[in-house]
Amino acid sequence: MATVIVVTSGKGGVGKTTTSASFATGLAQRGYRTVVIDFDVGLRNLDLIMGCERRVVYDFINVINNEANLNQTLIRDKRVDNLYVLPASQTRDKEALTREGVERILDELKQNFDYIVCDSPAGIERGALMALYFADEALVVTNPEVSSVRDSDRILGILSSRSRRAEHGDEPVKEHLVLARYAPDRASRGDMLSVDDVLEILGIPLLGVIPESQTVLQSSNAGVPVILEEDSDAGAAYSDLVDRFLGKNLPHRFLTSQRKGFLKRLFGGS
Amino acid sequence: MRLFDYFRSPQIKSAALAKERLQIIVAHERGNRHSSPDYLPALKKELLEVVRKYVPIDQSQIKVHLDREGGYEILELNITLPDEEQRSSRR
Ligand SMILES: Nc1ncnc2c1ncn2[C@@H]1O[C@H](COP(=O)(O)OP(=O)(O)OP(=O)(O)O)[C@@H](O)[C@H]1O
Ligand SMILES: [Mg+2]
Repeated sequence: MATVIVVTSGKGGVGKTTTSASFATGLAQRGYRTVVIDFDVGLRNLDLIMGCERRVVYDFINVINNEANLNQTLIRDKRVDNLYVLPASQTRDKEALTREGVERILDELKQNFDYIVCDSPAGIERGALMALYFADEALVVTNPEVSSVRDSDRILGILSSRSRRAEHGDEPVKEHLVLARYAPDRASRGDMLSVDDVLEILGIPLLGVIPESQTVLQSSNAGVPVILEEDSDAGAAYSDLVDRFLGKNLPHRFLTSQRKGFLKRLFGGS
Repeated sequence: MRLFDYFRSPQIKSAALAKERLQIIVAHERGNRHSSPDYLPALKKELLEVVRKYVPIDQSQIKVHLDREGGYEILELNITLPDEEQRSSRR
């Protein structure tokens, strides 16, 4: 049976789409049939990050409205086997995303895929609620910053009260924390919330820490999910995250500063 | 590193302040979440519509309240029906 995973956050711009793209790519690389769905109706972006924007013909809403079928709409990734993208509509309004429609498409996808990754839009409105409603598991993407942590806590509240699992009284949505844009040097100086601070406040298991990295911007410029940049710190962090999700017990990396600062080099470091 | 730390140490670390503020606000918001789930207004509106199919009442005559006791949640519903006279005169 397929697993539906929502990538959500409440706050905008924290790295949901970056995470969705790399997470889905990582699952597919490891042999699982994976589809990643853009739920950001009106503001589609996942296609750009996945580098398939010029191959979009139909979109999610077309399929919901029976204007196209899934075969015509799913975009097969050219680099990684088993990986497909279901783009969002850029033109329709959010009302077009009906619960019945989304359920029908997910049920159809479940026949053919192992993992269905839902890239949620920001906020706690219709699009975000729809993206999380059918989830079995959730990656809650959080930045080490006050408003992001607070919004993540709100999303956790919504997952435990307004998801289908909550409404039906099933086993709750399994929650995972993804701490993104982490700057270890700033955290160790006390200028930024540390991993432990965020864990203590949110109280959900940590799936991965993604360091703040230049490579993320470069790879999105190129339309390559950063996990494919295997030599980069962010790419390696996403790769570990996927392995952990699949059950490997890996220590967290990139929790301390990688480069030696100017003073450390000068005085030989401590 | 020592020298550097020496100049910085008197400052209150801003991350510690952030953590403290977050712990307070998050605890507060979690409390609210339980006492008044956000489906209550919609529930009230729909109940009103159903009751109105049979009896003419207005918004102020319906009260919905949720309480928590131990492991239970109690949904209290209070609908004041208009008396017989009013009902017949409105028809
Ligand atoms: N680890 C990181 N290091 C540096 N920059 C990052 C990192 N993760 C994300 N970013 C940058 O942050 C910005 C927002 O990322 P992204 O689009 O993934 O966020 P989002 O949560 O999907 O945003 P939205 O809420 O608008 O959908 C992008 O410019 C991205 O390149
Ligand atoms: Mg996004």
